[in-house]
Amino acid sequence: MSILDIIGPEMVGPSSSHTAGALRLARVARSLVGGTPERARVGLHGSFGKTYKGHGTDRAVAAGLLGFEPDDPRIVAALHLAGKEGLELHFEEANLGEKMHPNTLRIVAERSGEEAELLGSSVGGGFIEVSRIDGYPVLLHGEYHTLMVVADDIPGTVAAVTQLFAERSVNLAYMEVRRKRKGERALMILQFDQPLDATALAEIRAFPWLHSARPIPKLVQ
Amino acid sequence: MFGSMAEMVQRARDAGTSCWRVVLDEDLSQITLGEDEVLGTLRSRLATMREAVALGLEGKTTSLSGLSGGGAHRFRDWSRGAGGGGEGGERGPLSGPFCAPMIARALATMEINAAMGRIVASPTAGSAGILPAIFLTLEEVRGIDEETLLRGLITAGGIGGVFRARASLSGAEGGCQAETGSAAAMAAGAVVEMLGGAPAMVSEAVSFTIQGMLGLICDPLGGLVEIPCITRNVSAAMQAVAAADMALAGLTFPIPADEVLDVMGEIGRELPERYRETGLGGLAATPTGQLLKIQVMGGELA
Repeated sequence: MSILDIIGPEMVGPSSSHTAGALRLARVARSLVGGTPERARVGLHGSFGKTYKGHGTDRAVAAGLLGFEPDDPRIVAALHLAGKEGLELHFEEANLGEKMHPNTLRIVAERSGEEAELLGSSVGGGFIEVSRIDGYPVLLHGEYHTLMVVADDIPGTVAAVTQLFAERSVNLAYMEVRRKRKGERALMILQFDQPLDATALAEIRAFPWLHSARPIPKLVQ
Repeated sequence: MFGSMAEMVQRARDAGTSCWRVVLDEDLSQITLGEDEVLGTLRSRLATMREAVALGLEGKTTSLSGLSGGGAHRFRDWSRGAGGGGEGGERGPLSGPFCAPMIARALATMEINAAMGRIVASPTAGSAGILPAIFLTLEEVRGIDEETLLRGLITAGGIGGVFRARASLSGAEGGCQAETGSAAAMAAGAVVEMLGGAPAMVSEAVSFTIQGMLGLICDPLGGLVEIPCITRNVSAAMQAVAAADMALAGLTFPIPADEVLDVMGEIGRELPERYRETGLGGLAATPTGQLLKIQVMGGELA
């Protein structure tokens, strides 16, 4: 996080939390399914649910799912463009619980038979906080190039992944392992200063115990 | 990012330098970009601010709702004595040679923002009019050069970071005080430094700004960032100018900036939901507010 995130982002109005932040959350959902989804259901909680039309939150979510940047002038027409790209969108007001941040949304995106679920909040000034992915509790702010690895819950997987990065001299900035229940698939969150190259990603994906390896782009400094 | 104004001021004093320098050094220790890249990015942000102001002053855009647009253009013409349908402009604006063009610029950016034009969130889109208005007017009226303006943006960013750490930058979390209040304090502190004020004066400018904006609610009509957001950027900019002048005059506020920020955070957390960017309270809930909402968005009276 940097002063460049405070004096920024450059963006299409009208709201950094309801437009730029919502777009960034949708960008994360897009990266979870590896491209523009065919279908997305969006639940809007709190202030998001009450004001999403006025703030263009629906357009911003569509734009994020299409992979646009917050300052892309096409955001204004994103709902129309989504239709042309074959992205079917459904928005609804959702009550995600009393204690949830007022600008929270839940996106369920589908692409090529894969489904991903994201729960995230837009916490002001374009900053985001992703708190759940596919049912795993996480805490992501888009500060790093991130790789989400889902693997069988067996010994040696963490060592294998870190070994691979050590051999390629890729410096890990942060790493976390999560699982829902013992013996169920585990989630590894790996974060880097630099984007991960395609060969490293292909090597990780070749591990037999690996279920998925999904890169999420860096969104803030 | 600094977690307190006290720490920022102390670090600058100890190093015998300015806030912008210690804020930038602290940033460079955290991110992968170098100093030239940070300054280059800020230069392009400043250019985007200029573009939004220029476009807004042309007065040719209207917001999607039709509720706003053209106010900046009209105000500027009036304040220059060119009429525009107003009264008394030929005698000069009461707000004076600095504040009048500043008001026009604040309106301009916010009208462009409402029209889904390109702006710089500083720190948010809902408060994006304040920094450009004050910085670009300082450039025009006081001849402040671009390098100094970039340093000012760094100081402003550092102050914004403290607000984010101690209070909030989100209207949905903390009300309008968290948006226009933060932006005004960032601008006031930066102005003080750009005009030669010491680091301690930067902190005083933050206190003077926020003490006058505590409790300000976020109550946008229909949830649109237009009414009252556009004119509230003007009031916040006026507050920033008064705060900067008081700090530069050597006045001090007895409550330290960090304590003022903490109470702003506390008030924000205690604000009922209807006053936190839901469009359900305050001006949004007035009879006229509800009528206007129905006119532009449809629906029925609650």
